[in-house]
Amino acid sequence: MKKLVLGALLATISTHAWAVDKSLKGEVKLDGSSTVFPIAEAAAEDFQKEYPNIRVTVGVSGTGGGMKKFTVGEIDIANASRKMKDEEVKKAAEKKIEYVELQIANDGIAIVVNSSNKYIKSLTMAQLKTLWEPGSKIKTWKDLDPSFPADPVKLYGPGGDSGTFDFFTEHVMGTARLSRSDYIASEDDNVLVTGVSKDKNALGYFGFAYFTENQKILRDIPLAGKDGAPVAPTPETIEKGTYPLSRPLMLYVNKKSAQKPEVKAFVSFMLKNAGRLSKEVGYVPLKESIYSDVIKKFDAFTSGKATH
Amino acid sequence: MNPVESPASAAKPNLFQNKRTLRLVKERVFFGIIFASTLLALGFLFYLLFSIFHQGWDHLSVDFFTNFPSRFPAKAGFKSAIYGTVWLGGLTLIFSVFFGVGAALYLQEMSPRNRFTSWIEISISTLAGVPSIIYGMLGLGIFVRFLDLGRSVLAGALTLSLLIIPVIIIASREALKSVPDSVRMASYALGASKWQTVRDHVLPSAIPGVATGVILSMARAMGEAAPLILLGALTYVAFIPGSPMDSFTAMPIQIFNWASRPQEAFHDLASTGIIVLLGFLMICNSAAIFIRSRWGKRL
Repeated sequence: MKKLVLGALLATISTHAWAVDKSLKGEVKLDGSSTVFPIAEAAAEDFQKEYPNIRVTVGVSGTGGGMKKFTVGEIDIANASRKMKDEEVKKAAEKKIEYVELQIANDGIAIVVNSSNKYIKSLTMAQLKTLWEPGSKIKTWKDLDPSFPADPVKLYGPGGDSGTFDFFTEHVMGTARLSRSDYIASEDDNVLVTGVSKDKNALGYFGFAYFTENQKILRDIPLAGKDGAPVAPTPETIEKGTYPLSRPLMLYVNKKSAQKPEVKAFVSFMLKNAGRLSKEVGYVPLKESIYSDVIKKFDAFTSGKATH
Repeated sequence: MNPVESPASAAKPNLFQNKRTLRLVKERVFFGIIFASTLLALGFLFYLLFSIFHQGWDHLSVDFFTNFPSRFPAKAGFKSAIYGTVWLGGLTLIFSVFFGVGAALYLQEMSPRNRFTSWIEISISTLAGVPSIIYGMLGLGIFVRFLDLGRSVLAGALTLSLLIIPVIIIASREALKSVPDSVRMASYALGASKWQTVRDHVLPSAIPGVATGVILSMARAMGEAAPLILLGALTYVAFIPGSPMDSFTAMPIQIFNWASRPQEAFHDLASTGIIVLLGFLMICNSAAIFIRSRWGKRL
């Protein structure tokens, strides 16, 4: 396996002259998901040490906000914590923007409760749906499960601009953006962390990295999919995809931009280092073999063989 | 105190005495309440300052000023944000003084008094109260997209200028109003034209008020994050803008970014950033006080 990867990497290096060309100049513009931001920032930081004359900028407009800029050609790379939506695909087609989708890491959405909450041992996806669906009748925890106490339910979650919200609703409700609205919403995940940690009746959801940093004050709820035992979010279960709310983190690269040597150099660099960087900033790397596939996909794309 | 009361109180000395005690009690209670509200406000301020300094002090070092942002909290610095804010501030100062003071001069000294100018006045006071995020949307539409300036320092500075121009107009007009008419009359009596009068006499006398207004609104503009974030100002920038067309980040944006990350160490860095921003704003405000006390004496 390792040899294969090495081979793939070497092939990339030899065909695309990986030798660092410090004279490369220009600007690489990224924008989008706040979830992907830490990886993009880390890549930009290291990349600029090797290529001091290339300026890499990373914005945080949310996945949706980044897509708005990407589909009109204002940025080179969109960071996304979900797949492109149909209307975004349509918009890009209207503007004749060609692009490639590259997965760079995995993330999970953690369902968390206050650490003093001992009664919720695990939840099924169906229970999660009953709890969060629009017009949900669940007002006290007893309504969800007769063995729970009759304490009021307090919910915390991200607001509508967030890719986390899109992904959660799509995978729990079956339809993106369907959710009960009587919950405390914030685009700032730290607000959600603090909210749940201060309220013993609370349940909330947000990115896995925010849970790992706050394990002392929060407790994660293992989730049971359609078949089988509850699975807690861990790097292993997220990577394998056995945790029901695992999601891919992605880059979308504009084709015209990818023809520019500085953008190409940056994306190649980022893919090459994505595993290490995503781990460093609290995400779950993909398998090595998947990274080499992604690198191949990008190379094919820049050499014009891809049909995307 | 009240002379009308004294004959009545002479007739009923006890009543006056009672009332006086009651009034004294009322006074005490009222003073107590306003003292408590002052304490409360100060208390919150000191609590805020204490917690910020407590969290952020340790990171305040030379490195913090000379390093670019980083994923490692220990290496992360504020350099690009500081330079971005200085760039923004400089350009915003140029635009807003030129247009703000110019408009104030026109409205206060030159313009005829009619329906149109009073409509303008009402519009300006309304604009001064519009939330800053609306200016961000305006800037995104006009400067970034329509004029195609991109997410540049120039677009950011123009947006912030729009934000503070109404305030500068209002402050400058107040300053111009407070220049006594005798100054104008004396100038006219010596045969000076309107422009000469304004340029050589009215404006110089109004400078302390104008400068105070400009500096205080500049301080507000430098602390704004919302319009810049809406404009699409960037979060990770590891270079210093070299021209008005370059991308940039600014202190409030970098603080916002650090504060919203999961790691505690970045929250501390946000506090350090706030200390630097507060220091920056305090320098601005002291400059305003200095100018007012220094120039104010000449009038």
